[in-house]
Amino acid sequence: MLSRTADHLFWMARYTERAENAARMLDVRIQYALMPQSAQAEQQGWRTMLEVNELEHQFGTRYSELSQKNVIDFMVRDPDHPSSIVNCLRAARENARAVRGTLPTEVWETENTTWLTLQRHIDNRLYETNPSQFLEWVKYRSHMSRGVTIGTMFQDEAFNFIRLGTFLERADNTARILDVKFRSLNADTEQGGAQGEFYYLAALLRSVSAFETYRKVYRDAITPTRVAELLILQAKMPRSLIACVAAVVENLQEVRNDVSRDTERQAQKLHAMLQSVDIDEILERGLHEFLTSYLASIAEIGQGISRDFLVPPAPVEQESAQSQSQSQSQTR
Amino acid sequence: MPNFYNEMYSDAASVRPHYHAFAQWLAEQSPQHIEQKRAEAELNFQRVGITFAVYGDNAGKERLIPFDIIPRVINAAEWATLQAGLVQRVTALNRFLHDVYHHQEILKAGIIPAEQILDNAQYRPVMRGIQLPSDVYAHIAGVDIVRAGEGEFYVLEDNLRVPSGVSYMLENRKMMMRLFPALFARNRVAPVDHYPDLLLDNLRSAAPAGVLDPTVVVLTPGMYNSAYFEHAFLAQQMGVALVQGQDLYVANNTVYMRTTRGPKQVDVIYRRIDDDYLDPRAFRPESTLGVPGLLDAVRAGRVGLANAIGTGVADDKSIYPYVPDMIEFYLGEKPILNNVPTYQCRKKEDLAYTLANLPELVVKEVHGAGGYGMLVGPASTQAEIEAFRQRLLAKPDGYIAQPTLALSACPTYVESGVAPRHIDLRPFVLSGKTVSMVPGGLTRVALQEGSLVVNSSQGGGTKDTWILEN
Repeated sequence: MLSRTADHLFWMARYTERAENAARMLDVRIQYALMPQSAQAEQQGWRTMLEVNELEHQFGTRYSELSQKNVIDFMVRDPDHPSSIVNCLRAARENARAVRGTLPTEVWETENTTWLTLQRHIDNRLYETNPSQFLEWVKYRSHMSRGVTIGTMFQDEAFNFIRLGTFLERADNTARILDVKFRSLNADTEQGGAQGEFYYLAALLRSVSAFETYRKVYRDAITPTRVAELLILQAKMPRSLIACVAAVVENLQEVRNDVSRDTERQAQKLHAMLQSVDIDEILERGLHEFLTSYLASIAEIGQGISRDFLVPPAPVEQESAQSQSQSQSQTR
Repeated sequence: MPNFYNEMYSDAASVRPHYHAFAQWLAEQSPQHIEQKRAEAELNFQRVGITFAVYGDNAGKERLIPFDIIPRVINAAEWATLQAGLVQRVTALNRFLHDVYHHQEILKAGIIPAEQILDNAQYRPVMRGIQLPSDVYAHIAGVDIVRAGEGEFYVLEDNLRVPSGVSYMLENRKMMMRLFPALFARNRVAPVDHYPDLLLDNLRSAAPAGVLDPTVVVLTPGMYNSAYFEHAFLAQQMGVALVQGQDLYVANNTVYMRTTRGPKQVDVIYRRIDDDYLDPRAFRPESTLGVPGLLDAVRAGRVGLANAIGTGVADDKSIYPYVPDMIEFYLGEKPILNNVPTYQCRKKEDLAYTLANLPELVVKEVHGAGGYGMLVGPASTQAEIEAFRQRLLAKPDGYIAQPTLALSACPTYVESGVAPRHIDLRPFVLSGKTVSMVPGGLTRVALQEGSLVVNSSQGGGTKDTWILEN
């Protein structure tokens, strides 16, 4: 398949997933803000969310006050914030439009309808009047996009590149959601005690649709260690790190070419590490340190995919016409 | 223009026979039902994204081409004449193109002044002596035809470069069948859906000799081009790759595309980019849309281009007046379709006539397209005519003039209800080993009352076009 086509498919999926995870992260934060807490603690919660996404500086240049309203505005519709939900959905739709001939009609129409409906929600300011409803809508459009892809697409390379995009993005995003929560766990819950911790962890689990799963797997009280274990090491949890990396390995294998060996091996190594490590080791080493090094590996795999498949270097015979390199943001 | 041919009614009271079934159906529909269906059509076009980009506008603000639900119906006998006329005309045009790039018999015979061809900016000397499969230059032609009266059809333009609009022909039919299935049970409408198959066959026949299973691609300037929807649509319908210039490169006179599994050779390019932008080494050096070295690959016979480079010399408005002569010269036949009488303002006497009769004439730029830069005398104010006169005097050889035709009109939904609006027809003619087409074409409609300009860039709309089978 055409490299540029693969590139568009990959990024279409990444941006869709990114919008979904932004919605998840915001939603859980808004839910938590409803809990009794000091204004200081609430602000700290928003600050940590921006920090883990490396956005606190960008936010600071545009908004003077760290308030829920401003953070939502920034995360949902700020035109200058490349990973705002509006910009992610725009990028997803633009990528889809660039390859609409490769996509089943229903997949394209889903992306297009999402974009058209989004215009209406933004015009009506639904994200301000009822942020939870808006974020729920974003999540469901992402479900729809994934569902129509799986339900209608011939499972060839095009499908594999879409899946690669989905899982690589999710592998990154789940790690960030975890990082944000655990970093502020102590600060956030010191007022609320054990009860505060429960609500905090429950909100985290809900943000990755894992609350019921937790109950089913552990049938026991919610503890930080088990939550981390579930979201990092539980292979059957569709948003866990290990499940995402396994899917990356699997799809990379399907599209393998003459130069992709190193990238594939890197993904396999990361997967093997997640299979062998246990949660106590991770916590001993420090969760934040563990996630930081994990995120670096994910970024490298992303660069590898780009180099091996999506934007291959120009052939030697060609002197001048270097293809315009894709400028989609690997980072946020 | 009070006296024009109405496609549906022969006079205020009587419906033409081929519109009977439709008129009866329409009379049975409640206005609410029609209104609801029109809204549904708009919603569907929006959702499917059948839009054309407006340059300089941001994404998500693409415009819909207005779609009118009253079809343009043509009876079988008239279509048979049109089809014969189109085959004849396009065959002669391809013969002409081959001739001007080889022996130039028509110039030697003095039928067209040689300098009008050889000095024409659209004439590409680099194509001289190049042998093309089946000697075909214009594989896809979109010939614009208007009706002035009963059985009286005129060709307005031949469009042999990168004619567009065929996707609207196909989508309009799909939309009509979706909105009003019952209509198709009452009328025997000839199908058009097989166009992409015909096109693919035709493109494959443009492959270099000896290539058994050619790889065909559609080359687009990209998603911000106004016809991007059509490029993507046709590639998808044919099951071939949609590429941009950056996806292709030329090595050893061979064209390759960059794929996830390495380079893949390309044999036929259905290009939707103008000659000027195709190859920065051969034509405009600043073009980033094209493929450096593509011309060399074409000249070496290693890749087929549809349409060939240099077809513009045959559809140029300054060459148009000679098409009837071409038909007689190459085919020894009388032209079946009429040419509009044309005054070439580069000629002294024609210029004088034009200047004296501006209020009655249509004056067009020789190299213009899209309905820009033209004067429709009867629809213009005195001031507009005078302004145009100055432009014409400054550069007479840049213009031609034609009598204002009384274009036929078709009933159309407008704000005030149903009213006649002027229309044209663009059938798509495919030339390969044989000449073929699907029955019908794209009907464009000028939505402004009295307007004769149907171009979508000027606010024109489209209609489904029905050729009724006997």
